[in-house]
Amino acid sequence: MGQAYSYSKGEAELVQPSLHKPGRRLPLRKVLIFTFLCAGSVLFLLPLWWMISTSLKSMQEIAQYPPTFIPEQFHWSNYLETWTAAPFTRYTMNTLLLTFFAVTGNVIVNAFVAYGFAKIRFRGKKLWFSVLLSTIMIPGFVTLIPQYVLFSKLGLVGTYYPIIIPQFLGSAFYIFMLRQFYLTIPTELSEAARIDGAGHFQIWYRIILPLSKPGLAAIAIFAFNGAWNDFLGPLLYVNDESLYTLQIGLQSFRGAMQTQWNYLMAGSVIVLVPMILLFFLFQRYFIEGMNLTAGTKG
Amino acid sequence: MNMNQPQAGAQHPLKASKPRRGKLARSEDRAGYIFILPWLIGFFGITLLPLLFSLYGSFTNYDITSQMDFIGLANYERMFSSDPLFWKSLSNTIYYVLWMVPLTTIGSVLLALLLNERVAGMRMFRTIFYLPSVLSGVGVYFLWMQLLNPSTGLVNTLLSWVGIAGPAWLTDPFWTKPAVIFMKMWAVGGGMLLYLASLQSVPPQLYEAARLDGASALRRFRHITLPMISPVIFYDVVTSLIGGFQVFQEGYVMTESGGGGPMHSLLFYNLHMWHKAFTVFDMGYAMAMAWVLFVVVMILTALNLKLSKRWVHYEGGDS
Repeated sequence: MGQAYSYSKGEAELVQPSLHKPGRRLPLRKVLIFTFLCAGSVLFLLPLWWMISTSLKSMQEIAQYPPTFIPEQFHWSNYLETWTAAPFTRYTMNTLLLTFFAVTGNVIVNAFVAYGFAKIRFRGKKLWFSVLLSTIMIPGFVTLIPQYVLFSKLGLVGTYYPIIIPQFLGSAFYIFMLRQFYLTIPTELSEAARIDGAGHFQIWYRIILPLSKPGLAAIAIFAFNGAWNDFLGPLLYVNDESLYTLQIGLQSFRGAMQTQWNYLMAGSVIVLVPMILLFFLFQRYFIEGMNLTAGTKG
Repeated sequence: MNMNQPQAGAQHPLKASKPRRGKLARSEDRAGYIFILPWLIGFFGITLLPLLFSLYGSFTNYDITSQMDFIGLANYERMFSSDPLFWKSLSNTIYYVLWMVPLTTIGSVLLALLLNERVAGMRMFRTIFYLPSVLSGVGVYFLWMQLLNPSTGLVNTLLSWVGIAGPAWLTDPFWTKPAVIFMKMWAVGGGMLLYLASLQSVPPQLYEAARLDGASALRRFRHITLPMISPVIFYDVVTSLIGGFQVFQEGYVMTESGGGGPMHSLLFYNLHMWHKAFTVFDMGYAMAMAWVLFVVVMILTALNLKLSKRWVHYEGGDS
């Protein structure tokens, strides 16, 4: 068995697709791994296949045993019926609105604060930075109830403000991530700009922001993901049906469609497809973001 | 790397002018605080103030509309002595964490090892295994409720092919939590990607040298790979532990009207707390519950940190 391959990734990516030279035997080990990965891939994709397949079936076919993997007849109308059975258009608009604020808020504010922690020397920075790090460990549920009380005393329960405002107050984790990223940007760049008379705001806006695009893209995607899937926020603060988001709408849709799994699966597809599209369009940034996270390990 | 640490040899400019700070230093101070101001507002407004409020609130009887009555430790006493659902929900959560954290950690390490091999189509494999982890929320829970349907679901259909009569999953109190953990395993791709990045930063020379010394694959894994990826394992364990104790939505969405499933088997700690706070408005009690959780998570994280010194290997560190 040929064991002469390297573990390094850089090489693996550069090597040509043909992994074994002609004339040399394909190592059994690789065949096994390949087979195993193929089987695993099928298992990992089957749930998604099942969701789409169920969403296209008729009620009778869903109750059928043994179940079918491919619908006997494709009921595309399930989607239209689902879309109109609940105000999905409204849910989508509401979700997009909240997602917009989450993305803009998180990107701008975290980048701004991270600059302060990475590039400015000020009194008390060490103290505040360790406070910031320690807040990462506070479980969200500990502040959930008092935050609700706070927003309720401010008369904001029933509006989007309790969901939107925190997006503009920085997230400890993203600030930490971006700060690590900024520290790798050479100080000479900003120092040269300082000598030319630029203020911190200009340096941040003109030099650091353009250089940190990959990091910002990762945060934008995470914030999008978080806001799109946010359940707790809207569940807690929104009571009027006209303000429902996709997650809350889908959850209450279940009550009305209790046993109609074709409609429930169609609804799930509708809610999940944007995330899947986003993933395929911006896969690079998902991975970039995970690597940023990995970089925070030490 | 770290700008806060003065480098050897170079005197920190601020340290030099400590007794009387110059005009420049003071303007830097001002700039620094302007930049971190949004976070500072958030820290005081939606973290510290709520924390203090809930600490005080945990010693009161409070239903959000009437005055807070100070009742001392009564909430805590009630929790430990006369609320069987407190213990039930706590043990449900611990059961979940105890299985989910090791299983997802081991699962994602193994997957990363496989996906770090050089075989054809690797890019595609990585994409496929990573994809499920970006999906979350109500849609995913519905999907799994459908997959876990005892008679017509995919899971039991596949099991029947290999001659296993699958359980009733979400309606059998014994199988509800394994079902939820099973669902979590579908999303190991997130952790996998972290490990993959870390595996790829291991210098290949280490393996070459070990192979020349005749070390077996298992020994190479045990003595090279494992120590090299230990910081990521540590990070992953700490974050999934903290995340695991926050389990809520699985119990809320996947059970009948958020009740916590058959025999309260999916009544997780946070779900119980949620009902206390927002269904019966027993907020003082719920805040006391939150603090107990906080203390448990803090102790476990600190313990983790302490134990980590024994097995986490930092390059260049003296551990």
